Amino acid sequence: MQFIRSFKFLILVSLLVLPIIFNQIGMSFYLDLATRLCILAIAAVGLNLILGYGGMISFGHAAYLGLGAYAVGIPAHHWLYGGLDFLATNNGFIHITIAIVISGLFAFLTGLICLKTKGVYFIMITMAFSQMAYYLFVSIEEYGSDDGLVINTRSQIPLINLDDPIQMFLVSFSSLIFFMWLVQLITKSNFGLILSGIKDNEARMVSLGYNVYLHKLIAFVFSGIICGFAGVLLGNFTTFISPEMIDWSRSGELMFMVILGGVATVMGPLFGAIVFVILEEVLSSITIYWHLPFGLLLIAVVLFFRGGLSSLLSK
Amino acid sequence: MDYTLLLIQVLNGLQLGVLLFLVASGLTLIFGILDFVNLAHGSIYMLGAFICASLTYALDSYLFAVILSLPVIAIIGYAFEIFLARPLYARDHLDHVLGTFGAILVIDTIAHLIWGPAGIAIPLPNYLDGQITISENIEIPTFRLLIIVVGLTAAFGLLWLVNFTKLGMLIRAGASNRTMVAALGIDIRTLFAIVFAIGATLAGIAGMLIAPITEASLGMGNNIIITAFVVIIVGGIGSVKGAFVAALLIGLIDTLGRSFLDDLFKLFMSTGAAENSAPAISSMSIYLMMALILSFKPKGLFPPRLG
Amino acid sequence: MADILEIKNLNKQFGGVIATKDLNLSILEGELHAIIGPNGAGKTTLISQIFGQIFPDSGQIFFQDTNVTKVSEYKKSRLGINRTFQITSVMKSLTVSENIQLATDTTRENSFNFFKASNNQYTFFKKIDFCLRQVGLIEAINQPVASLSHGDCRKLEIAMALASDAQLLLLDEPMAGLGPTETKEMIALLKRLKGQQTILLIEHDMDAVFALADQISVLVSGEIIATGKPNTIRRDSEVQSAYLGGI
Repeated sequence: MQFIRSFKFLILVSLLVLPIIFNQIGMSFYLDLATRLCILAIAAVGLNLILGYGGMISFGHAAYLGLGAYAVGIPAHHWLYGGLDFLATNNGFIHITIAIVISGLFAFLTGLICLKTKGVYFIMITMAFSQMAYYLFVSIEEYGSDDGLVINTRSQIPLINLDDPIQMFLVSFSSLIFFMWLVQLITKSNFGLILSGIKDNEARMVSLGYNVYLHKLIAFVFSGIICGFAGVLLGNFTTFISPEMIDWSRSGELMFMVILGGVATVMGPLFGAIVFVILEEVLSSITIYWHLPFGLLLIAVVLFFRGGLSSLLSK
Repeated sequence: MDYTLLLIQVLNGLQLGVLLFLVASGLTLIFGILDFVNLAHGSIYMLGAFICASLTYALDSYLFAVILSLPVIAIIGYAFEIFLARPLYARDHLDHVLGTFGAILVIDTIAHLIWGPAGIAIPLPNYLDGQITISENIEIPTFRLLIIVVGLTAAFGLLWLVNFTKLGMLIRAGASNRTMVAALGIDIRTLFAIVFAIGATLAGIAGMLIAPITEASLGMGNNIIITAFVVIIVGGIGSVKGAFVAALLIGLIDTLGRSFLDDLFKLFMSTGAAENSAPAISSMSIYLMMALILSFKPKGLFPPRLG
Repeated sequence: MADILEIKNLNKQFGGVIATKDLNLSILEGELHAIIGPNGAGKTTLISQIFGQIFPDSGQIFFQDTNVTKVSEYKKSRLGINRTFQITSVMKSLTVSENIQLATDTTRENSFNFFKASNNQYTFFKKIDFCLRQVGLIEAINQPVASLSHGDCRKLEIAMALASDAQLLLLDEPMAGLGPTETKEMIALLKRLKGQQTILLIEHDMDAVFALADQISVLVSGEIIATGKPNTIRRDSEVQSAYLGGI
């Protein structure tokens, strides 16, 4: 136990320190990589809340990343190029508020329908709704359709300069820690206990007098909002926002992270994101056809290696 | 309203509908009978298009290419079942989803390696490339009509196969009671592999039919698969009849929405507003329809009675 | 004593099959009322209708003089009716105490408490401790349910029903699948509960029923053909021919 705890601590410390050291010795590439890693890990933490703890297999969580990113991109676009004055701003707090409201609302409205269904229906419907968001942004020419939206500005937040890569990284890292802590808190609460009860035996929870639908809906909205926030960071990080962020293979990658890392664990999503980002980097530096080994690996993980990395650690 | 345009768009909608049915019927069959979620079904559709394209150039005949592609796709489907699907039947749907998601990455990259990043167009023979004149100012492309005919034929063939043949009887029995069929001395594993091969072939046919119009391209499978999901969700997962009705419905709504929604909107809003909002709404129309149907019928229009 | 549950002219059909036919039943507060009957007589269907998992085609169900005929299960359980299942239904991946905790009212009332740790609340300790002692599972308090024996799972279900503070417990064959020793323990447990709780018991084990029940109703083909004290039922000739096979 002691060893595992210090191992986890070591991972977090290295994730914080190493990228900054690399950056100082001129290898800024690793800092960017770590920033991206943290952002993806936040989204995976959000997905883990419903997939791992609640047993809701959403194949559409990239939609929230996209919504969050467009919540930065669209106001910034109007702030830069005019139009829609009520929306035009580069104020980071407004960006975050819009992202939370929109991703929460999207989760609420789609959740109302998705959560009436179970199993495969749920998987496919979440997928379909995220595709709806994808086609919605593809259809809006003003925001660049397929080509996406380039914004030459980042969200303005007092005392923080997101244009500085180190600050961008630190914001992402501390957000990750915050959301890991928050999700941990939620899953240990009464609500979290009920959620795991629902994952285990939904029918029984209904007969115990719980409004299962409402609990699932709330978890679903929470999860969407966390991913929406990750989207705000992603939009700021890339300053290029395109429907491709919502593509369903992005959702698949998020699921891969959560499952590879180990569902329903605090560190799982982070482990998963680390492995995913490293794999992607290493494989794509070897071959542009990196999806081939990645796909084979995914199949191998599913066929032979269940329970994820966290289960290896807890053995 | 322009009735010629309407007629042509209705035909386009039907064409999209039958193609969607060909893809969706395989999905719904595989899910309904094998309880297996196959995300990679769209990749098989794409393989159908690419293989047919290569064979068209090799044989210099689209028709022969199609005939030869059918068994190739069936074999691919059969192999897919043995190597990937079969080990996963006993697992939960999450594993199906992840495993077949991996398969998509693999198949798409292999296609990329073999056929390159650009799409491949398939030339049509002259006898298919013409127009059929219906009246003075209405002409319909022969090939589009052929797609509709082939699609409908396949649809009725499948309904016939499932409802009136011995294989169909076994398939239906196997879906509702696996142990019983196995106890009858029927090799249920082979039966399942055959179902998989049939499903793959149907998707392959769709790919072969669409390729001369749009060309065979890498992203095509991933574009159609979600719409096919919407079809089977709306139709009721596992129901071939439901897939048929939903596919035509969605084909028509999507096509007509894209061409006429702005006209419709102009009836009650300004031209500018209509032209801005119509594309956004029509791009979402089938998903909104799905949401509407599911809020009244969470199991789709024709939920199968089988457990 | 007043009726806690009153059922009037209840009817339910599935397709052409009659599951409940013009059924009338009253249960007094505090009594243990058993329902016996051959397989397929509609016993579980009756419980499911009382609990609101399925709704009757016609007739009324009154709980504490309130018409609850069309009240769905999760609200029923809030009103104070709870049930156990013929096939054990517990949360296998959670621990024994977590299962009990989920069954308590207090969890339900705090179910939207997102940030307060659930395993650290004094009110639960007393409740969990009390319920587990009642059923004799206190040693297993922190064990995962997956590691319990079948008999212990049955006890856990009863403990969960107790934890809910229900005024009326519907027990669907609590002895199902138990060995002789476990059955004896279960009978002893139900004897302890008797008097503290109103219980509607469905059970196949005749010895258990005659040892426990204050009232017995005999259900055959969806109809109650006799109701009475154990001794009356034992002597009723119609019951004997229909079901007991001449004891």
